Amino acid sequence: MRPDLEIIQQWIEPGSRVLDLGCGDGSLLTYLNAAKKVSSIGLEIDAGNIEKCIASGVNVIEQNMDEGLGNFQSNSFDTVLLTQTLQALSKPHDLLDEMLRVGQYGIVTFPNFGNWKSRLDLALKGRMPVSKFMPHQWYETPNIHFCTVKDFDALCHDSQIKILTRTVVDSRHQGSWAMKAWPNFLGEIAIYHITRK
Amino acid sequence: MPEELKTDSVGIVSPKCIHFDEDLALRSGKTLSGFDLMIETYGELNQDRSNAILICHALSGDHHAAGFHSESDAKPGWWDHCIGPGKAIDTNIFFVVALNNLGGCAGSSGPTSLNPETGKIYGPDFPVVTVRDWVKSQVMLSDRLGIEQWAAVVGGSLGGMQVLRWAISYPERLRHAVCIAAAPKLSAQNIAFNEVARHSIINDPNFHDGHYLEANTYPKLGLMLARMVGHITYLSDSAMREKFGRADTGIESSTSNFGRDLRSGKLSFGFNVDFQVESYLHYQGERFSENFDANTYLLMTKALDYFDPSVDFDGDFSAALQQATCKFLVISFSTDWRFPPERSREIVNDLLKAGKEVSYLEVEADQGHDAFLLPIPRYINALKAYLMRAHTEIVERAT
Repeated sequence: MRPDLEIIQQWIEPGSRVLDLGCGDGSLLTYLNAAKKVSSIGLEIDAGNIEKCIASGVNVIEQNMDEGLGNFQSNSFDTVLLTQTLQALSKPHDLLDEMLRVGQYGIVTFPNFGNWKSRLDLALKGRMPVSKFMPHQWYETPNIHFCTVKDFDALCHDSQIKILTRTVVDSRHQGSWAMKAWPNFLGEIAIYHITRK
Repeated sequence: MPEELKTDSVGIVSPKCIHFDEDLALRSGKTLSGFDLMIETYGELNQDRSNAILICHALSGDHHAAGFHSESDAKPGWWDHCIGPGKAIDTNIFFVVALNNLGGCAGSSGPTSLNPETGKIYGPDFPVVTVRDWVKSQVMLSDRLGIEQWAAVVGGSLGGMQVLRWAISYPERLRHAVCIAAAPKLSAQNIAFNEVARHSIINDPNFHDGHYLEANTYPKLGLMLARMVGHITYLSDSAMREKFGRADTGIESSTSNFGRDLRSGKLSFGFNVDFQVESYLHYQGERFSENFDANTYLLMTKALDYFDPSVDFDGDFSAALQQATCKFLVISFSTDWRFPPERSREIVNDLLKAGKEVSYLEVEADQGHDAFLLPIPRYINALKAYLMRAHTEIVERAT
């Protein structure tokens, strides 16, 4: 399992209802279904991933999140997940609102653009950062809305979103005391557990 | 059958006629006192009878879903590419049952069969049957076959509507519902097309108020027109352009002639058949009229029009789906304008609202509504993956 998913799963209550936005091949939901006996649904648009979900018995709906979550009832899920997808949305702030309408809790992970490596790329090379987690060139990237830990904190504040936990990890998904001290500088992946204020 | 029997074919199959003495109370208030159902089965029922899949057919389908009837049979059953050893509906692991619905004209009780009460052909006196009645008869068939719970009930179009009825009315009798290119109920446009079809049949001078068989004739022109209209709604604009746009007509200078292939290379400047699409429709209509019963066509279109499981739930389809306990796979096709993806999404959204387990895919396909009958890789692979998963559950249950 992806190590950021390792951290996330601790926040999922056994037997709860989980919606995974951009569920990929369904590996997180497969794990949660088995280990936590959750009732779950994933949204995905990639045909190959959808087939993998179906093959592993994960409920998956072909749906583009940029069109919103209007077909989901308010408070119909305990937790809504958005892992490594925030930066690819056309209106991330709207979807965050929708997440916390549909679910009681939200879990969001994204690549932190405030990380020192990104800053160094821009400062020294004058080029948009390209890394393991952001492997695309600027013109072809699906990631159109990058943000930093500080940016996301500010958005949560403005949108009346309460941050329950914020964790950052590096590319090996390890946290350290230094990262806790300077999350926006050292963290490569940000992991947020959020709810409505 | 083609010279060599393909290894992935179910091979030579024989239909069976199953007679029911029991009364069947119909939605209309009428009763069928005894009836026949024609069925075909493929594969083996396992010991705990947990591997059975029921195939529900669409408007013009029947029990012959796979395999060949004889060595000289040129064409296999209507869903042969999907049903067979190693295929999406894998007869190595599943026991597959296909039937001809009541009111049909392929051997089950219907307008062309004898009315036991009068000793004469039913003709127009065969009662109007609904999807609900069909599924009721399918439940009786399940009982007869000793199948307490289907591993899956699968169907496209009108077949998908039967799948929904199964899930709503007999929730304990299926574990998976596969609903392909269907809708929660018909739209006004759908009903309008059906009415054109019925109107053309009923007003054919050879219809004889439905008693055409006694007059030793049949409403060929009406049935042809009905099928031609129907056929247009099964195809997409792009599918027609593709199908009839192979050659340069000499009329259109652009590289695409918009599907306007000429039949003979020049215009007739009369009211003859000029374009390929015209002769194609004529051919399809004519062939259909020779093989299908007009009264059955009327009944099938009425069953479509009347389908609406929400009527028992104050018009709330999601309340109807609330009854279901099975898992769902819903599939739609991008260019289907008869039952477009939005209609399947209505089903999906009401399933979500009802808190049911559902997977949904919207398959990119040019072929329109017809796509559900065609071997489109993404569609077939997903269906196969879904049913393999259902098979894994069967194995897990057994151990």
